[in-house]
Amino acid sequence: MDFVREVEERSGQKVARCYQCGNCTAGCPYNFAYDIPVNKLMRYIQSGKRDKALESKAVWLCGSCQSCTTRCPNNIDVCRVMDVLRHMARESGKKSERKVRLFADTFLESVEKHGRVYEAGMMAKFAAQSGNVLGDLDLAPMVLAKHKLKFRPHPIRKRKAVEDIFKRFRENGHK
Amino acid sequence: MKKTTVAYYPGCSAVGTSVEYEKSTRAVCDALGIQLEEIQDWSCCGSSPAHTVNHILSAALSGRNLALAGSMGHDTVATPCPSCLINLRTSARKIEDPKLCHKVNALLEDPCENPVEPKSVLQVIVEDYGVDEVARLIRKPLNGLKVVCYYGCIMTRPPELMRFDDPENPMAMDDLMEAAGAEVLPFPLKVECCGASSGIPRKDIVMRLSGKLLHAAEECGADAIVSACPLCQMNLDLRQSQIRKEGYISKPIPVFYFTQLLGTALGVDKRSLRFDKLVVSPKRCLEKISG
Repeated sequence: MDFVREVEERSGQKVARCYQCGNCTAGCPYNFAYDIPVNKLMRYIQSGKRDKALESKAVWLCGSCQSCTTRCPNNIDVCRVMDVLRHMARESGKKSERKVRLFADTFLESVEKHGRVYEAGMMAKFAAQSGNVLGDLDLAPMVLAKHKLKFRPHPIRKRKAVEDIFKRFRENGHK
Repeated sequence: MKKTTVAYYPGCSAVGTSVEYEKSTRAVCDALGIQLEEIQDWSCCGSSPAHTVNHILSAALSGRNLALAGSMGHDTVATPCPSCLINLRTSARKIEDPKLCHKVNALLEDPCENPVEPKSVLQVIVEDYGVDEVARLIRKPLNGLKVVCYYGCIMTRPPELMRFDDPENPMAMDDLMEAAGAEVLPFPLKVECCGASSGIPRKDIVMRLSGKLLHAAEECGADAIVSACPLCQMNLDLRQSQIRKEGYISKPIPVFYFTQLLGTALGVDKRSLRFDKLVVSPKRCLEKISG
């Protein structure tokens, strides 16, 4: 399937409607960190530049803050399109922002295991796997003094119900 | 006093990094006569990571909680957390869509048929309870404490989904804080993103985005920032020392949850508002309030 049709089908959005007004980029708080501005990504979709779009750092850095979606004059849910690009980037094994992807994975592993996210456990695992051990070490004294983190998971009673959601999701091969 | 009961979804941060939001939310609702009936054995809504992986997975993780809430017999499920809220609302709309409902329910042990309506605790207080009603119960006005209200990016956006307040210039917290006796200053960055969960994988992004917010609050002359989101509050409060080192602000500025200040004005016992959990000391603000 060609790229624009696939993105449109999976997002339910008419990307073809984008006429490059640039409202999305003007309001995007993350634009300073993007390699490709969001309006240009929309253009890449329209012109079928699959690899360029899916290999961008921008698709991982989008924080889903809804500015672009709220302000698009053509009613394109741009955040949703960014999400779909991220889904497609994942499926094709791309990870131009390795740590962002690792953070999402570590978070969901924690949810799958405990039913709720266990913040301390997730952060320790992320630090170990990303090599990002020193990043926030300066916050540790405050976190400890204020007992901001619980050092024991607080699993739900029916952990299996949540585990099974993930299991069925993988079995169904969802797209 | 108006009595009302809603199903209650605290969200994972309520039992972790935002205990003070959780405790003060319960204390405020208690003082107003809003009964929060916690969903038994609720699980994570999926937060942002789930929807970045797959929309049906995300809807199912939230859908489990909507199904549980549905069995409680209330028409509303309230949550303090905007991130939980947007996930619960997205899931509810998917379950109502005949084309998507079966996909979501295929992942669930107990399917969700008629999802109850998710609302923020803020919306329940302002719309269902009413600011005028709250104003009548104010016992200890906030004594002109100068605040800016910061709503975060998703409490009101996108408007078609969130259906609450003005998407770009919300007033719900402003009105509540004014009713509570604070001096509410206009704040241009009410819904600008704080950097959300980028703080862990890409700290530089949060430094800049939250830095901009703190800087704007200082420029406005605010004594404090009032927030309604666990993640925003953590970025602005816990990371404030890091942000100060980068030169965005010159002096510390406390970041309260709106429920902590509202609770104070309602005369709620201070101990249940958990000011001790705030990283930036709220001492000067609390002294200003008590005169």
